[in-house]
Amino acid sequence: MSPGPAAPTPRAPAHAPSRTHPEKATDTMAKRIDVSGLTAFYGGHRAIDDISMSVEPRSVTAFIGPSGCGKSTLLRTLNRMHEVTPGGRVEGKVMLDHEDLYGTSVDPVAVRRTIGMVFQRPNPFPTMSIYDNVAAGLRLNGDFRKKELDGIVEKSLKGANLWNEVKDRLGKPGSGLSGGQQQRLCIARAIAVQPQVLLMDEPCSALDPISTLAIEDLIGELKSRFTIVIVTHNMQQAARVSDRTAFFNLSAVGRPGKLIEIDDTERIFSNPSVQATEDYISGRFG
Amino acid sequence: MDLSHTSPAPTAPPPTPPDSDPSAVKGRAVHPGDKIFRGLSRGSGITLLVIMAAIAAFLTYRASIALSANSANFLTAFEWNPQGDPPAFGIGILAFGTAVSSVIAMVIAVPVAVGIALFISHYAPRRIAAPLAYVIDLLAAVPSIIYGLWGALFLVPYLDGLTRWLDRFLGWTTLFEMSNPGSPARSIFTVGILLAIMILPIITNVCREVFLQAPKMYEEAALALGATRWEVIRMSVLPFGRSGIISASMLGLGRALGETMAVATVLSPGSVFTWHLLDPGSGTFAQNIAAKFNEADEFGRDALIASGLVLFVITLLVNGAARYIIARRKEYSGADA
Ligand SMILES: Nc1ncnc2c1ncn2[C@@H]1O[C@H](COP(=O)(O)OP(=O)(O)OP(=O)(O)O)[C@@H](O)[C@H]1O
Ligand SMILES: [Mg+2]
Repeated sequence: MSPGPAAPTPRAPAHAPSRTHPEKATDTMAKRIDVSGLTAFYGGHRAIDDISMSVEPRSVTAFIGPSGCGKSTLLRTLNRMHEVTPGGRVEGKVMLDHEDLYGTSVDPVAVRRTIGMVFQRPNPFPTMSIYDNVAAGLRLNGDFRKKELDGIVEKSLKGANLWNEVKDRLGKPGSGLSGGQQQRLCIARAIAVQPQVLLMDEPCSALDPISTLAIEDLIGELKSRFTIVIVTHNMQQAARVSDRTAFFNLSAVGRPGKLIEIDDTERIFSNPSVQATEDYISGRFG
Repeated sequence: MDLSHTSPAPTAPPPTPPDSDPSAVKGRAVHPGDKIFRGLSRGSGITLLVIMAAIAAFLTYRASIALSANSANFLTAFEWNPQGDPPAFGIGILAFGTAVSSVIAMVIAVPVAVGIALFISHYAPRRIAAPLAYVIDLLAAVPSIIYGLWGALFLVPYLDGLTRWLDRFLGWTTLFEMSNPGSPARSIFTVGILLAIMILPIITNVCREVFLQAPKMYEEAALALGATRWEVIRMSVLPFGRSGIISASMLGLGRALGETMAVATVLSPGSVFTWHLLDPGSGTFAQNIAAKFNEADEFGRDALIASGLVLFVITLLVNGAARYIIARRKEYSGADA
């Protein structure tokens, strides 16, 4: 496999955990994100406008807001997935600790290795076995000895609370699992590469309440090791899982989305400083 | 429920004339359109089957006349001499020539086609991809005799350098040894290259379509894991495209096996078997029929029909194999996901 001429920079940034000592790195790998003056476009369409905010390490930050206000767009600018959309373009800064993710010498591929993502629809690779799905990201990164790989796969599946359900059928296709199991498989796949940040775009919206609870519990466990950002339309979920909540809104359809406020979740849900936030949370609009 | 009472609303006059059947709902239990269509489709299906059976019976009958008088082993003999006394003809050379030219064509065309298709679907910017796809569409529609003329007038002289080079450096393999270096490259090797060029567009087009249909969600999954563009393709495009690549290749192979005019224009056929692919000689099923049919007597034509039947069976087997491979891979193809 050849990385191609487009990736001359090393794949992992200097601060990436050494792959041979994944456990050692667990304490230090969560990082903070500072967004400043971020504007994202789809071709000529300005989807989010001038967003500045911070995401604290080892905590869960929830993005809430009405449909179309740019939550997914903002999330995807954080790991440089926005620019793979045709016409996708970003202005402004995203700092991961002290590194500008949009700096000229930064390789987007390396950014995505450092900042993992879980999507709304569970998307395990259907042509791969459960084991290979979890190992997929690791295999991209270099050769592991079989034993080493076995260990990380087991650890990641345990981390995603899926191990007991799949340990007897690791060689079966991942598409044979239930939706909730598939989503946890995707989480296992994302955490297997020891990312510093985990982005989740409505990870439970395709799942039943039981699977949703399982994933919420999991998020609670994962936040001790990762910085987590989760987009959700479920107010209770935001209140349950997150430490900080950011509310986004847009003045009209087709207008860019803006950050209204970001604060501790408790405050947002009890005593927000902006009237629009209260209206949205109490269901008066959106 | 009787719709005939509700449909003519007082504000909007009914489009049907007032004297039409009042109980329209009941009267439509069997729609005349359905009846006609069913009759037509059933009739044409049966007609088709009858015609095909008649063709098969006719060809088999004619072939059996020739085969029963054949004094040589039809499947292995190299000579083609149905006028002899006793007649002796076999498909040895034709089978070898057809197989070799098709293999060369596939070995060259499939990787190149997959590469071009990936370039169009996943690498090239839109303003390059669209015209390129269009040009390749056009190439697929060029008549084969044009390819044949181009092959004879352009490819044959220009392959001279390549064949000399192959002879010099790979001559020890026997396959690439030339008995008469410098003679025009009207060989089965040239035929293979020409066939590769001819089947390239169709394979490229089918592959491109398939690659474009690979679900974006898996490409995003790979990207989010930190895959490079090639790794995205390897993890989430090629696995989906695999059965499509096989179908496309079989389509191309079918064309290569049956190609007649282009081969007949380029090849200088011969009836002596040789392993030297660069030497003139050899032949293919389709080319042999095209070349000999006109001057053959009735018995000679029966013999040619027998060889045509063999080609037909080979084509069927190739198609069957492709279907088998695709069906066996269904579970992992992700088509159901
Ligand atoms: N691929 C795209 N091409 C063009 N415009 C897009 C694209 N994706 C999103 N947009 C636009 O960007 C804006 C923000 O969309 P985004 O998907 O980020 O909203 P969202 O807050 O995630 O909504 P939802 O809650 O429905 O998921 C919308 O106006 C949308 O129409
Ligand atoms: Mg969204």
